[in-house]
Amino acid sequence: MTKSNLPLSRRRMIGSLAALSSAAALPLPAWATGKMGGQMGGAVRKGIHELSGAQIDLHIADGSFGTGGRSSHAIAVNGTVPGPLIRLKEGEQTLLSVHNMLNVDSSVHWHGLLLPFQFDGVPGISFPGIKPGARFDVPLTPRQSGTYWWHSHSGLQEQVGHYGPIIIDPAGPDPVQYDREHIILLSEFTPIHPHSIMKKLKVSEGYFSMQKTSATDDYPLSAEQRRMWGRMRMMPTDIADVSAPTYSYLINGHGPEDGLELPYEPGERVRLRIINGSAMTFFNVRLPGLPMTVVQADGQNVQPVEVDELQIGVAETYDVIVTPTEAGAFAIAAESMDRSGMAQASLTSRPGRKAAFPALRDPPLLSMADMGMDHGGGGGGAEPAEPMDHSKMDHAAMGHAVPEAASADAHSGHDMAAMDMSDGMAMRDTSLLPASVKIGPGIDMVAISPQDRTGYPGLGLDDAPHRVLNYRLLKSLEMDHGKRAPDREMELHLTGNMERYMWSFDGKKFSAVGDDPIRFGHDERVRMKLVNDTMMAHPIHLHGMFFELVNGQGHHQPKKHTVIVQPGSSATFDVTTDEPGDWAFHCHLLYHMHAGMMQTVSVAFPEGAA
Amino acid sequence: MRLISASLAAMIAATPALAQDHNQMDHGASKMPAAPEAEPAVDHSKMDHDAMGHAPPASPQASPANNLTGPPDAADAIWGAEAMRASRKALYQDHGDIQILWVQGDRLEYRARQGNDGYLWDVQGYYGGDINKFWFKSEGEGSFGEPVESAEAQALYSRAIAPFFDLQAGIRQDLAGPERTHAVIGVQGLMPYMFEVDAAAFLSTKGDLTARIEAEYDQRLSQRLTLQPRAEINLSAQEIPELGIGSGIDNIELGLRLRYEIAREFAPYVGIEQEWKLGGSGDFARLAGEDASVTNYVVGVRFWF
Repeated sequence: MTKSNLPLSRRRMIGSLAALSSAAALPLPAWATGKMGGQMGGAVRKGIHELSGAQIDLHIADGSFGTGGRSSHAIAVNGTVPGPLIRLKEGEQTLLSVHNMLNVDSSVHWHGLLLPFQFDGVPGISFPGIKPGARFDVPLTPRQSGTYWWHSHSGLQEQVGHYGPIIIDPAGPDPVQYDREHIILLSEFTPIHPHSIMKKLKVSEGYFSMQKTSATDDYPLSAEQRRMWGRMRMMPTDIADVSAPTYSYLINGHGPEDGLELPYEPGERVRLRIINGSAMTFFNVRLPGLPMTVVQADGQNVQPVEVDELQIGVAETYDVIVTPTEAGAFAIAAESMDRSGMAQASLTSRPGRKAAFPALRDPPLLSMADMGMDHGGGGGGAEPAEPMDHSKMDHAAMGHAVPEAASADAHSGHDMAAMDMSDGMAMRDTSLLPASVKIGPGIDMVAISPQDRTGYPGLGLDDAPHRVLNYRLLKSLEMDHGKRAPDREMELHLTGNMERYMWSFDGKKFSAVGDDPIRFGHDERVRMKLVNDTMMAHPIHLHGMFFELVNGQGHHQPKKHTVIVQPGSSATFDVTTDEPGDWAFHCHLLYHMHAGMMQTVSVAFPEGAA
Repeated sequence: MRLISASLAAMIAATPALAQDHNQMDHGASKMPAAPEAEPAVDHSKMDHDAMGHAPPASPQASPANNLTGPPDAADAIWGAEAMRASRKALYQDHGDIQILWVQGDRLEYRARQGNDGYLWDVQGYYGGDINKFWFKSEGEGSFGEPVESAEAQALYSRAIAPFFDLQAGIRQDLAGPERTHAVIGVQGLMPYMFEVDAAAFLSTKGDLTARIEAEYDQRLSQRLTLQPRAEINLSAQEIPELGIGSGIDNIELGLRLRYEIAREFAPYVGIEQEWKLGGSGDFARLAGEDASVTNYVVGVRFWF
């Protein structure tokens, strides 16, 4: 067992109080006997309980999940949403046995884990999928440590509960010191069937938004700006394709009404392992009154950096340390990027004591920088976010919200006032695209002058009155002396058509180019530039290999498995292609991936092997 | 929609004998049979420091050329080409090749006016993917207590030709009045400033050439309340006496509808629409004892599914 040699103090209180009590009561093994399979009846409990050891069994079954007075069909693993925490130890072998008790195929992808490609869990790329009633065994000896997660890669199952966290404890001493840890697994719940969501997105642009511009809105847009958006046939409020109230935002399966409490003792260093396991939602995460020290990104240790807020893209993870010195209750507030809703939990020193949650801030608007225009005021920011005076927050240990009056009227949209409104403004100049991009109806925009915006903290946070994380603040903990220069460079365009809800790489949907993968030689060193020719932020995920984000940190470039490419902008990574086999590469917005924003990456086997 | 799950179902049906052979897997790569899959277990010692943010050290060897060709098939040797083929097909289909059925009643309304009150329907829909669709349209109107005044159905092939526009071609069958079938060619889409436009030309079996241009604009008043101005103009290249159509501009309709979206899919509305028959068409109307100008007060519902 891997858990026995860990200090107890660190291990206690993982997950929620509710999860602890239910775990202690020994759950009925309905999920383990298959009684729930194919039926909607079984009530799903809210996660998260922990599994560890040399043999771990995951049972995927149907169930019924509810929060906030709404309930619907869910796919639960071992009877909970999220599914269990898989806790492993670096270097110690485990056999993960996945039992599919659904009446459709299923799969589990181990997001961020390095392992032979045939166990990566993507049906059609790494294996054929797990048939109903079948079992799939994955022998795994972790060669890494950190916070990761797992989820289905079949159909749209991820939307309805088929996901959970992974923690791999390091073989040696953990460079991160902490007294207590909690998983903060962010996700969504909706009673609408995901296939129905997909259709609505396809046929009705903006279907889920209740924050669109109208004759009576309060958005700081001039009539001229409104006409400009209309002329482009785009909406400045196109920030989240699916949002509240369709979604209830969850932390560890708990909606705001569920009142999740996570305990702490004053003075403890509390490690929050934040995982964005949602299908479609970027979250702005903050604990008003409690600075967060980011120590890990995507499972990889980084040099500690203290911030007050961070935006986490779908599929990313951040580990942060908070140190509440006094008794009280702090709000763990994860506001959706479009500010339509918030996932909530209380970090509390006394059971029953709940935090006061900050109100939702005004929704942000897209700006000219999001259209791919080089504009200094767009918040692209070559400079890291400027730390603010935080003396005013010292009193906030009781869960006070950070004063936010300053941001109330400071929409990012205001910098569009400076925009060139001339009719010559071409939003779709396809001559700017390289020959590799297939031009067609699936491309509604071409970024005119895409800038690297890794210094951008995320939509709506560029004028926050406090310190916000951005990618340029991420430096790997260890220096990398042996970094190779890239052997070659590639450019890949993220393309789409919002109105038709078409999404693709280089204008080609996966359905059209699946048999023509992106090919890498074995152990190549490739620099890939991702250019976002759309007005949405895309979290791009490469399976099987970490890449290093080119963020100006030289030998400390952080390793990541998922990178947000900001609207109308670029992001660049270096990758050493030393993991042979076929891997998935896709936008981690679930419905974008299913619309075609995906490709296979084929890494050659070493010479002499094949 | 089940359209998406259909591919999943196909995947299940097509691969009954999926290789779930656990003997192969239990011991990881070490016991893998064929060559490629033995390789993932190659020396990973150089990755041991991954957790510390290290990159693999520089490799002395030059990067080999990209020596793979053809479809990705690394998994075939491990799980069987047959099983992979089926799952691969389903994967591609599931990621970008979704077929959708959409039906919209844009206007289904009761029309109060001088004389006999009337009714109108204007329905359309499609089945297909992002680029190619089968598109159907039907519209018609009449007065209560009288035969249907006009009715037609169109069956069109629709192809996306630009980000916001489809080219449509097919046939139109008139279902009321003199027997007529038309060849149709048109465009439908979204103009700059968010005007929805549907413009088509019709060549009838009698050799008559006519055209129709419709435009709608949605002005949101709130998140659920929308004011929709609408204009329609019908043109004819020649006089068609048996249809009461003069050459040139046949008629113009201007409407204003206020709808409330109880759901996006279901929105009752009230409105007003003014129709003018112009030129020769106006003369035909007056000869028939009808008004060349009609004001309709409408109540109806817009829906889609």
